[in-house]
Amino acid sequence: MVLIDELILQGVQMTGVLLLPPLLLGVTRKIKARLLRRRGASVFQPYRDLLRLLHKRPVMAENASWLFRAAPYLIFAFTWSAAVLVPTFATGLVLGRSADLVAIIALLAAARFVLALAGMDVGTSFGGIGSSREMMIAALAEPAMMMVVFTLALIAGSTQLFAIAAYMASSAVGLRVSLGLSFLALMIVALAENGRIPVDNPATHLELTMVHEAMVLEYSGRYLALIELASAMKLLLYVSLIGCIFLPWTLVPAAGGWGACILSFLFYIGKLTAAGAVLALFETSIAKMRVFRVPDFLNVALMMGLLATLLLFVSKGF
Amino acid sequence: MSIAALLCCVALFIALSLLSAAVNRLFNATIIIYCACFAIALVMLWGGVVHLLTHASDMTIVLPIGLPWTGAHFKLDALAAFFLVVVNLGAATASFYALGYGRHEEAPHRVLPFYPAFLAAMNLVVLANDAFTFLFSWELMSLASWALVMAHHREKENARAGYIYIVMASFGTLMLLLAFALLSGPGGHYVFSGMQGHVLTPLRAAVVLFLVLLGAGSKAGIYPLHVWLPLAHPAAPSHVSGLMSGVMTKVAVYGFIRIVFGLLGGTGEDGGMAVLALGGITAVMGVLYALLQHDLKKLLAYHTVENIGIIFIGLGLALVFQADGHAAFAALAFTAALFHVFNHSLFKSLLFFGAGAVQTATRTRDMERLGGLIHRMPQTAFVFLVGCAAISALPPFNGFASEWLTFQAIIQGPVLTHWGLKTLVPVAGAMLALAAALAAACFVKVYGIVFLGRPRTEPAKSAVETDRFSLATMSFLALLCLLAGIFPGVFTSGLTPAVHEMTGAQMPQHAIWLSLVPVSAVRSSYNGLFIFIFIVLAAGVAAFVARRFGGGAPRQAPAWDCGFPLDDPATQYTAGSFAQPIRRVFGGHLFRASARVEMPPPGSLAPARLIRELHDLAWEEIYKRIAARVLCIAERLNRFQVLSLRHYLSIVFFCLILLLMVLTLWF
Repeated sequence: MVLIDELILQGVQMTGVLLLPPLLLGVTRKIKARLLRRRGASVFQPYRDLLRLLHKRPVMAENASWLFRAAPYLIFAFTWSAAVLVPTFATGLVLGRSADLVAIIALLAAARFVLALAGMDVGTSFGGIGSSREMMIAALAEPAMMMVVFTLALIAGSTQLFAIAAYMASSAVGLRVSLGLSFLALMIVALAENGRIPVDNPATHLELTMVHEAMVLEYSGRYLALIELASAMKLLLYVSLIGCIFLPWTLVPAAGGWGACILSFLFYIGKLTAAGAVLALFETSIAKMRVFRVPDFLNVALMMGLLATLLLFVSKGF
Repeated sequence: MSIAALLCCVALFIALSLLSAAVNRLFNATIIIYCACFAIALVMLWGGVVHLLTHASDMTIVLPIGLPWTGAHFKLDALAAFFLVVVNLGAATASFYALGYGRHEEAPHRVLPFYPAFLAAMNLVVLANDAFTFLFSWELMSLASWALVMAHHREKENARAGYIYIVMASFGTLMLLLAFALLSGPGGHYVFSGMQGHVLTPLRAAVVLFLVLLGAGSKAGIYPLHVWLPLAHPAAPSHVSGLMSGVMTKVAVYGFIRIVFGLLGGTGEDGGMAVLALGGITAVMGVLYALLQHDLKKLLAYHTVENIGIIFIGLGLALVFQADGHAAFAALAFTAALFHVFNHSLFKSLLFFGAGAVQTATRTRDMERLGGLIHRMPQTAFVFLVGCAAISALPPFNGFASEWLTFQAIIQGPVLTHWGLKTLVPVAGAMLALAAALAAACFVKVYGIVFLGRPRTEPAKSAVETDRFSLATMSFLALLCLLAGIFPGVFTSGLTPAVHEMTGAQMPQHAIWLSLVPVSAVRSSYNGLFIFIFIVLAAGVAAFVARRFGGGAPRQAPAWDCGFPLDDPATQYTAGSFAQPIRRVFGGHLFRASARVEMPPPGSLAPARLIRELHDLAWEEIYKRIAARVLCIAERLNRFQVLSLRHYLSIVFFCLILLLMVLTLWF
C-alpha cells in the first residue's frame, strides 16, 4: 500500500509541476499590474494563452531544420524532468532519489543548450544575439549555482534534495552566515536563469535588450506553447527549490498520511503565491540592467557562493 | 589473452608499417592497411577488455631485445589493460573511419607507413615495464605522430606546427629521462619493479613530480605546455587528429599515472595541490582559448586541453586524498579521472571524425565559411550533435556522468586537513563548473555556426553527405557515448581493478537500478537510465499531445526576424560575434583583448575600421622570451666558430684542467 501511496503522490507532484506554472506566472503578472495601478488580466490568463497557442496552426520558417521542430519537445522534456526531481510538497518520492541537485542543474543546462541551438537554426541575427547572450549569462550563472550546491552539500552532507530538505528542517542547522550568503546567491541565479528583471525583461519586445524572447522569435503555435510552458516551469522549479531548501518545514515525507499531504499542498500553493508577490514587488522596484552590467551582477552571486563555501571549508560552524 | 599474444599484435603493427612502406603506391594499399589495422586493434581491444573484466592477475614477459644486459620488460596489469582498451578502441574506430576518409587522401604514401607504427608505439608505451622500453616507445610515438603531422608538409602552417611539435616532444622526453634517472636510485634500476622499492627524499620526490609534470604534461597538453597541441592536431589528417587528441593525450595521462601513482607511490599534499591547481587552470584556459577560435579542428584541439584539465583535477584530488589517508575518496576521484579518460576518448574521436567529414565535404575548416550543413549532411549533423552534448557535460550523455563524479569528489573536500587545500578545493570546483558552462557555450557556437543557419559560402551550400564508413564509425561512437551515460555504473565497475591497483580502494558497487553511487546512496546518487527514460517519455507525451490537440501541420513561410528578414547570409551571427560577449567578459585580462573603432578624420572618405586585438599570453610571455634568449645565447656562442687553432687547443686544455679539478674535489 505504501508503494501505491507513493506512486499516487509522485503522480500528483508530476502533474502539479506541469499545471501550476501558468498560475504562478498569472499571479505574478496580476500583482505586478496592481502595483502599477493597472487592473491586469485574470490570474488564469496564461492558461488561456497557452491553449490558444496550442490550437493555432504553427508557421515554420522556410529553412528551419528537423532540430527546430524537435527542440521544443526536448526543451519541455528536459525542464519537466528537472522539475519533477525537486520536492514540491512531499519529499522522498521515487523519482527524487534517482538524481541529485547537480543533475537537476545539468538538465536545465541541457534544455538551455537545445534552446540556444534552436535560436540559431533559422539563421537570423536576432536568434544569434539571443543565443549568444543566453550562453554568456549561463556561463556565469552556472558556476555560482554550483557554489550554492557545494555549500548545501557541505552543510547537509548530501547533494540529494530530499536529504538536504530533511537536514534543513531539523534543528541541527541553526543560523549560519554561509546559508545567508548562498540564499542571496541563489536568488540572483534564479533571477538570471529565468530571464527576469534586472537581467532580462520578460515583457519586452525591444530587440536589442531581449535575450529569451530573441531566441524564440521564430516559434509559433504549439511549439511556442511548449517553450513558454517550459520556461514557466523553470520559474516554478526555482521557487520550489528555494522553498524546499530554505523553507522546508511544511514538506511532508512520502509516508506522512493524506491529511498532512493536503495541508502541505496548500502550504505549497501559499509559497508560490508569496514568491509571485515578492518577485512582482522586486521587479517593479528595479530597472533592467545593460547587458554588460549583468556579468558584474552575476559575479556578486559567484563571489557570495564561493565565500559561503570557503567559510564552510574553513570551519563547520559558519 | 596472454601478453605474448598482445606483443605479437604490436609486432604485426610494425610489420604492417614496414610492408606499407614498400607497397603504399599500390592501388588498394589504403584499404588493405586500414583493414589490417582495424583487425589487429580489435584483437588487442578484446585482450584488454577480457583482462579488465575477468580481474586477471598481472602478466610479465622479458624479451631479449633492447639494452643488451637487461632486455625489454613488458607487463600487463589492470591499469595497462584499461589504457589498452582506450588506445585500441580509438585505433579501431579511427582505422574503420579511415576506410572511407582515407580515400580522399592525396598523398597516401606519406600517411600509411607511419599510421601502424603510431598505433604500435602507443600500445608499447602502455605495456612497457622498464624505463628504457618506456622511453623508446614514447619517442617512437612522438616521431611517428610527427611524421603524420607533417603529411601535408608543403603547407607553411603545417611545417611550423611540426617544428614546434618536435621541439616540445623532445623536451618532454628529456624531462622524463631525467625523472627516471632520479627514480632509479643508487642501484640504477631500469625495471619499474626495482624503482618502486625505495623511498625518495621529499626534495627528490618533488623534483620527480615536477619533471613528470613537464614531460607527460607537455604531451598531454597542460597549460602552458599546450602550445603545440592546437597547431599539430589539426595539421594531421582527421583520423590521426582524432587519435592524437583522443588517444595519444591519454597515453600521456597513463605515463603520469604510472610514474606518479605507481613508481613514486603518490605525492605529498603539496604535490597533489600543484596537480589540482594546474588541472583547474588548464580546464578554464583551454575552453577560453577554444571559444575564441574559428578553426573547427583547432577549436576541438583546445577542448582537448580543457578535458585534460578536468582529468588532472581528478588525479590531483586522488593524490591529496591519498596523502591524507582517505583511500575511499581517493578511489572516487581516481575513478572519475579514469572514466573521463574513457569518455573523452569517445566523444573527441567522434567530434574530430565529424570535423573530418565537414572538411571533406566543404574543403574548409574555417567556421565562418560554413553554415546550414544540417540540411546537406543530416546524419553527420545528428551524430555530431550527440558529440557536442556529450562534451558539454549534458545528461544523459557520458561527459556528464564523469564530470558529476569529479564534482562529487570535490564535495568530499572538507575532510582534508591542509589549510591550502581548504581554499583550493572549492576554487577548483568553481573552475570545473565554469569550464563546463563555457564548454556548453562553445559547442552551441560550433554547432550553431557550422550546422545551423544558412550556408555562408558556395562550398557549404553544395556539400554532400559523407561516406558510409565514416557514418558507421561516428554512429557507433555516438551510441557508446549514450550507453556510457545511461549505464555509468556498469562502466565504472569495469574500472575497479585499475582503481584498486593504484589507490588500494574502490567505489561502492551498486548493481541495483544501475545507479552511480560515489560514497553512499544517502549522500548522492545518479541514475542515468531513469533520467533517460523519463526524458524520452516526457518528449513522447508532449509530442503526442501537441500533435493530437494542436492546430494542424506547420505552414512554411519566410523567416519572421521581427519583420526585417534579410536575404544575405552575411547578416547571420558569426562565430566571432557569438563569442564576443564572452570575449569581452573574460578576455580583458587573460588575453589582453581589446576592440576599438578607428574613425577617419572629418572630411575623409576612408571607412571607419574596427580593430580587434587578442594576445596569447602563454606564447608571448613564455615561449617567445625563451626563443629570444636561445637566439641570444646562440649569437654569443657564434664567436667560438671563428677562432684560430691555437685558441681551440687552449680551450680544450682548460676544459681538461677544469674537469680534473672537479673530479679531485668530488672524490
